[in-house]
Amino acid sequence: MTVKAQQRSALLNILLITVLVVWMVMAAFPFLWTLWGSFKVEGDFFSKANWANSLTGTLTKTETGSAFTGMGYHGAWVKEAFGIAAINTVIVCLFVVTISLTFGTLGGYALSRSTYRYTFWFLIIALIFRAMPPVTLVSGYLPVFFKWNMWGHLPTAILVLVAINQPFTLWMLHSFFKNIPKDLDESAMVDGCNRFQAFRYVIVPVMWPGVITTGLFSFLLAYNDFAVTAMILSKENQTMVPKIAGFLGSTQVKGNVMFAVAAVVSVTAPLFVMIMVFQRQIVSGLTAGAVKG
Amino acid sequence: MKHKTFFWFVLPSSVAMLLFIFVPIISVVVQSLHVEHEQVIISVENCGPFGCTQATTIDQEATKKLLEAEPLGRFSGFDTYADRNHLAVEDVSQAWDKADNWRDFGSQILNLPFYKAMSFTLAYTFIVTPLVLIVGFIIAVAVNGAVKAIRGPIIFFSLLPMMVTPLVGSLIIFWMVDARGVLGSMLQVLAGDPELSVKASTPLTWVMLMFYGVWHSAPFAFIVYYAGLQTVNQDTLESAMIDGANRWEQIRYVIIPHLLPLTTFIALMQLMDNFRVFEPIVSFAASAHATSLSWSIYNDLGGEVRQLSSAAATSVLTIIGVAILLSPVLIRTWRDFSRK
Repeated sequence: MTVKAQQRSALLNILLITVLVVWMVMAAFPFLWTLWGSFKVEGDFFSKANWANSLTGTLTKTETGSAFTGMGYHGAWVKEAFGIAAINTVIVCLFVVTISLTFGTLGGYALSRSTYRYTFWFLIIALIFRAMPPVTLVSGYLPVFFKWNMWGHLPTAILVLVAINQPFTLWMLHSFFKNIPKDLDESAMVDGCNRFQAFRYVIVPVMWPGVITTGLFSFLLAYNDFAVTAMILSKENQTMVPKIAGFLGSTQVKGNVMFAVAAVVSVTAPLFVMIMVFQRQIVSGLTAGAVKG
Repeated sequence: MKHKTFFWFVLPSSVAMLLFIFVPIISVVVQSLHVEHEQVIISVENCGPFGCTQATTIDQEATKKLLEAEPLGRFSGFDTYADRNHLAVEDVSQAWDKADNWRDFGSQILNLPFYKAMSFTLAYTFIVTPLVLIVGFIIAVAVNGAVKAIRGPIIFFSLLPMMVTPLVGSLIIFWMVDARGVLGSMLQVLAGDPELSVKASTPLTWVMLMFYGVWHSAPFAFIVYYAGLQTVNQDTLESAMIDGANRWEQIRYVIIPHLLPLTTFIALMQLMDNFRVFEPIVSFAASAHATSLSWSIYNDLGGEVRQLSSAAATSVLTIIGVAILLSPVLIRTWRDFSRK
């Protein structure tokens, strides 16, 4: 049996397909275009004569002899030592994610189990902290960091990013722990565990889906940060994103734009893989806050 | 949970937030009320056979002593707030006296750095947020109507603009809109003006930045709305259909009310995130045409001389702005809470 109202008219179908196609082109095309263009020379990527040159690589052929060139990548990774920035990013992200999650699971668990009024205030203060742009805090950090010679080092950036990450991590894990039935850890406590043992042996084994999702977003925050890392890391210790911004300052020299293009593709690639592997967790994380209301 | 256990569990994250969020806020407020010491200058008279010359030098020792006595700098009260780079009290009152009409007054005010940044930040926040809601909703409805097999790939590609580093995402768009880029040349053809450059025009730069904002954030609204659409009560929808509701009426009276709480959530997150707009301005090198509050702070701190007091004053004003923006939500939460 078909319900008449559920069948779509042809016009509506066309409209739906148009929306989908337009959105897909808007979402995917810029990335594909930049990926393709990163293997060309600057004259093709920014073509004065004809935009189709960046597809065919006319100038790339005359300048390098082949339609594709790895010059941008060579420049970024070898000449400009983008690899060091990549290693710095890996160190920062690794530590930020581990420390944030350790602090966050303990705090989030306590917030989900305590029934007192102060948990509400704790969460509200965290929400206010979450709303503040991180760059507003930087002028508070700088004098102290200079005085104590903390400025410019990776551990300083890790500490700051962990703190900025906390409000979000607490909110997210708080709502995940709320979904784990209270009876589970309470029955362990009846059996003679103390609160920490109940957490360690009963909650920890079942908390991983929530922790992985939260970890993904902590990672993104550390990986994508520009405002804070650009201001508190010295030039030698820069992570990838501030380093790309550094390339932009020197774009007057011909070819340096292509270094930036290659670097941009290199930064996007890990995110691409991450979304592919963890798509389900990311979607559930984005909606977790919303479903709670 | 006992108070003591609770205390130990939340201790690590409380200490982190206390040291690196709460204390810095206090420090920012204090700093904004101080300015750096002026260097102590002494003039020395050098007399020689050909007459005397006056030379001025910095008295290093006295300057250092001053810094040690008052490490925060000279107390200046609200002077930094009132100066030309912030609230510009004098310039505003002068403009008020001189200007013939509102338009004139407005254009004079918008030339002042703080008001220029403020106007773009507010325009960006209040234009991008509703657009994100609308575009996200349209995509969600379209994807919900699509065949199941293609939904996964669509969601994958939709996540890209949101997940990618804002600085990088805006660079990608910026390179395409460059006068020599693919979108830039297409716009030139469409407008029939071979000299057209988005970078050079203030209105076009604003449109470009806002376009980027919608492109970046619409996926978030889409994902949340899409998840909401999966939980629409099918019975309600069916009874509406039996009662003769057409497709539009179904959306208007069943689906939209169902999605309303989600809208509040998305709007709240978007207001917070759009108010801090910053990276696209750096990527688009747009500071001549559009600046934001976050950008002003960054600019003060990143220059040759770090203007800490000036950055601190802008930070305090930004935090006040966030507080005003958030106050309706906080008041509502407080009311809900006290009712319990």
